[in-house]
Amino acid sequence: MFRLIFQRLLALVPLLFIVSVLTFSFTSLLPSDPVDLILGDTGTDEQHEMLRERMGLNEPIYLRYLQWLGRAVQGDLGNSFFNSVSVMDAVMQRLPVTLSLTAISALIAIVVGISAGVVAALRPRSWVDRLATLGATFGQAIPNFWFGLILVAIFAVNLRWFPATGFTPITNAPWEWLRSSILPSIALGTASSAAIARQVRSAMVGVLQQDYIRAARAQGLSARRVLFKHALTNAMVPVVAVLSFQITVLLGGALIVEQVFAINGLGTLAIAAVRQQDIPMLQGLVLVMVGLVVIVQLATDIIYGLLNPKARPT
Amino acid sequence: MSDSPLLQIADLWVTYRQRSLLGLGGTSFHAVKGANLTIRSGETLGLVGESGSGKSSLANTVLGLVPASSGCIKFDNVDLASLGSRYPLPVRKQIQAVFQDPYSSLNPSMTVEDIVTEPLRVHTRMSKVERRARAIELLRLVSLQEEHLNRHPHQFSGGQRQRIAIASALALQPKLIVLDEPVSALDVSTRNQIINLLYERRDQFGIAYLLIAHDLALVHHISDRIAVMYLGHIVEEGPSDRVYKSPAHPYTRALLDAVPLLDPARQRARRAQRKLSPAQETQRVAETGCPYKNRCPLVMPRCQTETPPAYPVDGGGVANCFLYASDQVRQSEQRERKAL
Repeated sequence: MFRLIFQRLLALVPLLFIVSVLTFSFTSLLPSDPVDLILGDTGTDEQHEMLRERMGLNEPIYLRYLQWLGRAVQGDLGNSFFNSVSVMDAVMQRLPVTLSLTAISALIAIVVGISAGVVAALRPRSWVDRLATLGATFGQAIPNFWFGLILVAIFAVNLRWFPATGFTPITNAPWEWLRSSILPSIALGTASSAAIARQVRSAMVGVLQQDYIRAARAQGLSARRVLFKHALTNAMVPVVAVLSFQITVLLGGALIVEQVFAINGLGTLAIAAVRQQDIPMLQGLVLVMVGLVVIVQLATDIIYGLLNPKARPT
Repeated sequence: MSDSPLLQIADLWVTYRQRSLLGLGGTSFHAVKGANLTIRSGETLGLVGESGSGKSSLANTVLGLVPASSGCIKFDNVDLASLGSRYPLPVRKQIQAVFQDPYSSLNPSMTVEDIVTEPLRVHTRMSKVERRARAIELLRLVSLQEEHLNRHPHQFSGGQRQRIAIASALALQPKLIVLDEPVSALDVSTRNQIINLLYERRDQFGIAYLLIAHDLALVHHISDRIAVMYLGHIVEEGPSDRVYKSPAHPYTRALLDAVPLLDPARQRARRAQRKLSPAQETQRVAETGCPYKNRCPLVMPRCQTETPPAYPVDGGGVANCFLYASDQVRQSEQRERKAL
């Protein structure tokens, strides 16, 4: 097991290197010149040249990459082109918002998806199964921003159970935090619940037909032990692969849902940065997102190894 | 071997309901139709038949995995049929199973130790250390070693996997093991090893086997008695040697003829004779009369309307075939005459 974790960690090194190169190359790949972006049409040619010199843009690209990497490793991602705030500070301030949104929606997706999938698989072709399949089809077809608006209209505007917009940090008031995250998380997590439910159902139906389930029942194991210990552990193997992909999708989806609920998360920051072509901010955002995805993948790989002995190095 | 029956199956019916698309109504399918079987303790009963004949349904019913729709299954004088699939634990403990495909019958996420000791965990209060000691003992019984304990099923060959399955079935020292095609998924070279292993453990512990297979020669090798199933009916039952050497029911003969002969000349002659028998392709379930009437080379008018009951056969056992009715009729006529 430790070997598996070690191997995965080692595999991260080249991955992170490639990501850092790509992220940095933004500066050179974008058609616009950062100096023109900052100064606009104002300023003399001398001023432009001075700024270019000061930003080190005249240096060869590999040197600039190494300098940037050196600072990035120390947690310094530079400053925004426009308001001179530290990129690291800006990102770290928004990160908990997006993270809590992603985490709650992932929790909803996992709980709803797995239970719906299991219930459907236990009685294939029953009305419960049909209902679950129908729900899953709707869930996957509905766009999250539209579903978010519908949720706001019903539960925030009409019933007034939840706030329609905004976000309360967990440190301020945990209860309000939960209340403010619940609608966006449902909007975000529905499609993933549906995708997971489908996967769980088909994996579970396959596993339940295996002879080791028949053997376990014949040995006199309780229905619960057969279901959880024997069936679910094995059905989770293909599901975990989908799970990591879904969490990545949720991270991306959070950026959109934040707009619907006017939440100041990474999404709002990213959209502003794209509009303004704020390159350091974009670089920082991409790095953080990639970092999150990598962590999710690493966790998935480890869980996968725990569930599936065949995936462990021997 | 004692004479009191360990397992007694009487007029057992197993019916599956196939639901229609909307879940309303639907049709019924009878997998087992009025089966009668007896297994004494320490005895091996071979159950043969082609695929779809209902032998696995019968096994699943004995194991309590599929409920009996009617009839009686008595095990150690407990009626199991009325319990549905909720067998009490002490009964479960006495009936264990080994399935056909060792690639799907072992949970891939568990270690060999967990697989082998799982029954002990449910049925006994052994500590982990005791269970481990028992697991080592069990592995030795199936010619595996202690070092295999912490491995996972995918690290073993098919024959080794089947050994693990057998070890798990032996864990509780059951009175009956249902062997559902235990070697048909294995290489021919490993089959004999597994058969011999089953043989030795049976004699060592006095376990009764319900051995399900489609290979009559193999069943003959290990069984005390053989029952032949066709389309849900048990058509013949008797001592292993008698059924194998002088099969009574026309279907049993056909089954035996399906085993190729080593001598090409004899095989050719047999094939020529087989061509003479009528319409073999019809396999539809006969609604009335003998289930085998559409394929039987010796079909009589009586077979079309009446379902043959079990008639005794010379050399022991019974056959559900009117060919053996004549003696019976003569005997009853004689009895009537005497009474007059």
